[in-house]
Amino acid sequence: MSIRGANLLTLDGMSREAILDVLDTAESFFEVNQRTIKKVPVLKGRVVASLFFEESTRTRLSFETAAKRLGADVVSLAVASSSVKKGESLRDTISTIDALGLDAVVLRHRSSGAALQVSRYVPHVRVVNAGDGQHQHPTQGLLDAFTVRQILAERHGVVASVSGSSLFEGLRVLIVGDIRHSRVARSDIAAYSALGAEVKVAAPGTLLPPSLEGWPVTVSSDFEEALAWADVVGLLRLQHERGTGSYVPSLSEFTSTFGLTATRVPLLKPDAIVMHPGPMNRGVEIDSDVADLPQSVITRQVANGVPVRMAVLYLSLAEKKEL
Amino acid sequence: MTHHEERQDRQRGLAFVVKSQLLTAEDVSRAMKRMAHEVIERNQGLDNVTVVGIQRGGVAIAEQLATLLGGIGQVAVPVAALDVTYYRDDIGEHPLKGASMTTLRDDLTNRTVVLVDDVLFTGRTIRAAFAALADWGRPTAVQLAVLVDRGHRELPIRPDFVGKNLPTALSESVRATLDGVWLGSGVAR
Repeated sequence: MSIRGANLLTLDGMSREAILDVLDTAESFFEVNQRTIKKVPVLKGRVVASLFFEESTRTRLSFETAAKRLGADVVSLAVASSSVKKGESLRDTISTIDALGLDAVVLRHRSSGAALQVSRYVPHVRVVNAGDGQHQHPTQGLLDAFTVRQILAERHGVVASVSGSSLFEGLRVLIVGDIRHSRVARSDIAAYSALGAEVKVAAPGTLLPPSLEGWPVTVSSDFEEALAWADVVGLLRLQHERGTGSYVPSLSEFTSTFGLTATRVPLLKPDAIVMHPGPMNRGVEIDSDVADLPQSVITRQVANGVPVRMAVLYLSLAEKKEL
Repeated sequence: MTHHEERQDRQRGLAFVVKSQLLTAEDVSRAMKRMAHEVIERNQGLDNVTVVGIQRGGVAIAEQLATLLGGIGQVAVPVAALDVTYYRDDIGEHPLKGASMTTLRDDLTNRTVVLVDDVLFTGRTIRAAFAALADWGRPTAVQLAVLVDRGHRELPIRPDFVGKNLPTALSESVRATLDGVWLGSGVAR
């Protein structure tokens, strides 16, 4: 199912073609972002509401920048100073905002399934999930895949937008850390495996989901072996706000068993790509020095967020919706 | 057209069925040389001239024009590609098409831009190109060169340099490349 004229709620079950459609479109917006005037009028007159019921720095800034660079108007809700604090329900908040005349909602919420719920409240509005609980963070999965493809295309001297999924064939991706609570892990796994990469996860048993049935992954039995195996290492944030702390004996215990520490860096392939969705807990899942190594592409991930989200908003909003 | 572009056209349900060939590669080559001389005559040289080809059909023609200009004038003429997809006025009325790359980097302020396309039809692509060009500064002048002018303008736009004027019916379509010009049916615009 393509995201053209549709909502983007999850990457789970999204086809390779639909993902490539976003990545290829994002390449053209990447070029727009290199210009002096980084703006095109393609969504002129459309209204995008940015509703973040959970705190966020990069995702929110990135989505709002993306919408503005497409010429859309952005209305944003600061939850801390809104009626949500007075106990207004999600449904009532959405209908209030809807009455102002919206074309799209970008939603971040602590509850898994919130984006799907909102899409049912306002079926005439496109809904883009910017992270819902432990469920999905689709644009993070897309921008991670975009970043990997761009780096590999540069190395191989090919044009990313015409390389399709070929650079993912046989690619080994290791995802490390709090798989259990991570929506980023779920979206990353869906994206990489749909594109043809081989995905392995590494985590303490308590931070793996109760069942991995149906997940297109294998579980690493030896973290250090897996580090040597991987072409791409995706680290995840230990999520204190979701009580992850109680799933590990101590943070230093986690770091010594599953952290990407300076002493483990020599195990990596020399051209391994180290990723982190941010915000980083420096010294917990990644050593501060490691985060600043050339293999680390963390700032590039942030920069690529804008063109990828431009592609998502463009494809979702510019094509007429089939109702 | 590359294999990738042909695949995209098929996905969009576009197919060009040839009815007749109107110009051969040699005819096109002569027309291109004439247009190159006209550009130089009109601008009294090539100082400050930048050639900009509109994706996708205009790019190869722009590159050839810049090569011919450079050969005649004995100077390197800058040439770049411009994609106008995101500036069109019919977004959402057709299935979205993927944008091709824009390679234009230089500020166009105080340059004379020779905008190049394969076929001039309704003029809407050229309008979109004007909107796009404005983001690269304020050129001294913009001149329009097209390999084929097939008529049916919907906007007050006229070309400065024309390879071939070709009266057509609205239902017909034209494919114009450096390899020749064909009349056909199937692709409206």
